[in-house]
Amino acid sequence: MRFEAGSELGKANLEVFSETLLSLARQDRNVLAVTSDSRGSGKLVPFAAGVPDQIVEVGIAEQNLVGISAGLASTGKIVYAVSPASFLTARALEQIKNDVCYSDQPVKLIGISAGVSYGALGSTHHSTHDLAALRAVNNIVIIVPADNFETAEAVKAAATMPHPVYIRFGKRPMYHLHGPDTEFEVGKSIIIREGTDVTFVATGETVYHALMASKAIEQKGLTCRVISMHTVKPLDAEAVLRAARDSRALITVEEHSVSGGLGEACAAVLAQAGLSLPFRIVGLPDEYTITGSQVEILNHYGISAQGLAETAGALLNS
Amino acid sequence: MTDDELRIKSIHYRKNLLKYIKKANAGHTGGSLSCVDILNVLYNRILNVSPETFADPGRDRYVQSKGHSVEALYVVLADKGFFPESELETLCRYRSDYVGHPTRKVNGVEQNTGALGHGLAFGVGVALSAKKDDADYKVYTLLGDGELAEGSNWESLLAAAHYGLDNLTAIIDRNNLQITGRTEDVCNIEPLAEKCKAFGWCVEIVDGHDIAAMTDVLRAIPFEAGTPNMVIANTTKGKGISFMENDCTWHHRVPDDEQYRQAQRELDALLEGIES
Repeated sequence: MRFEAGSELGKANLEVFSETLLSLARQDRNVLAVTSDSRGSGKLVPFAAGVPDQIVEVGIAEQNLVGISAGLASTGKIVYAVSPASFLTARALEQIKNDVCYSDQPVKLIGISAGVSYGALGSTHHSTHDLAALRAVNNIVIIVPADNFETAEAVKAAATMPHPVYIRFGKRPMYHLHGPDTEFEVGKSIIIREGTDVTFVATGETVYHALMASKAIEQKGLTCRVISMHTVKPLDAEAVLRAARDSRALITVEEHSVSGGLGEACAAVLAQAGLSLPFRIVGLPDEYTITGSQVEILNHYGISAQGLAETAGALLNS
Repeated sequence: MTDDELRIKSIHYRKNLLKYIKKANAGHTGGSLSCVDILNVLYNRILNVSPETFADPGRDRYVQSKGHSVEALYVVLADKGFFPESELETLCRYRSDYVGHPTRKVNGVEQNTGALGHGLAFGVGVALSAKKDDADYKVYTLLGDGELAEGSNWESLLAAAHYGLDNLTAIIDRNNLQITGRTEDVCNIEPLAEKCKAFGWCVEIVDGHDIAAMTDVLRAIPFEAGTPNMVIANTTKGKGISFMENDCTWHHRVPDDEQYRQAQRELDALLEGIES
């Protein structure tokens, strides 16, 4: 049967992360998961049962999580520091900046339940700042995988990366977006759907919504390119510029604040290349998000098939 | 080397760190003078590390959590041959690798520090790795007493005790002063020994300028199997220079020409005292 992106529901990226990490850990005893009372929320209970000597628990102490991970990594351990994205990248930002990035200790920082995954638990638990914060930190690669394939590939790629990396994802089951022949390369975006009227440059779990929006738009006789920009830093600037030249409008989509994330990164690329076209940054506005589930919050701010189709329509008519 | 030979070294370290602080017109003078005897004992008697073995996974690790006292570290590393001392002529200069806080650009530096409350967690990670690998190297980290107000340290104290890291030693440079004034006036940390004991550490208190006493204490590590080691080293900020001692204004002050000459004269007099 021919593969169709977005038609088959897979697992939560979180679950794929956990399975991939366990598989890596079984092949190499130097692979460690470090957790801050987050083995349950990180789906690492099977990991802890399968390779009990390879999990390090530090308690609810994110600063220590990152500092200890840097120390472990300095001795050659392949360290995945796993904690909710919100706490990992805010509470421990100085440890990420100094102990990991500035000191160039190749820790793999794993931000779980990222964006607004925690839904109604509220803004303390949301990470709508993490991409902006880490984009401004030197020496770190930022990956936001869209589906199970991208997650598994990113987690595997991280194992051999000689410098720091941050990978963030959510906990809801995701639709498969890539066929069996897709190749994953850090820093190189993937075109999921081709078209010329509108390009969606999306990252993480929003790629699916961009894809669904493109299908809705196409019923009106327009075509869309959908790009999964899984690596937010370094940004695949070439893909953004190509899209700007090939399309009539460009929309970026992210489960993150509109400040400092993927959208502003793309805007900087376009402006500095002297390219101008109808352009929108879709993300979370500068406010504490309304109460609701992840889906309700995303819908509320137009990060949905319908919302994105409307944005595209308005942009093309502007 | 005899105790006297190390005492002479300490004076030369002081003379040198003042020389390079003066030359750079920058530096953390008081704290470097308070911790340099601790570094002397570590690098000349305790640490199993040298320029030749610095890449060896089995080397002992020293992490300077109180990164601001980098001038003390640099002069000791230079003396141990990690780099030519002449490179310190570039300290804090445009494009120099010798930054005003430790970085791994400098041979012999394990970890970039300077923001406070980071070295101990890093040390916990290294010590934990040694335990996992059944390796017998040891990890030492030096913290300032003012630095203990950083909450991250107390997370690390918990974790080290939880994992029974008897291969980890935290040395507190207890000079009683921080940039604003007396540590006890800024944010009281006493009773420090009792706090650390309550956190599950084995604590020894020592005169941080007494070469022989520090040697005895550091050679007794681990103090107790399965328990991390805390050494509270009582020191004097600005030690060795009469007008700098116990004066927090010397936290990162550079001596003027006359002060510099007087400081060197005082150190020369100390040197003559030992050598005669």
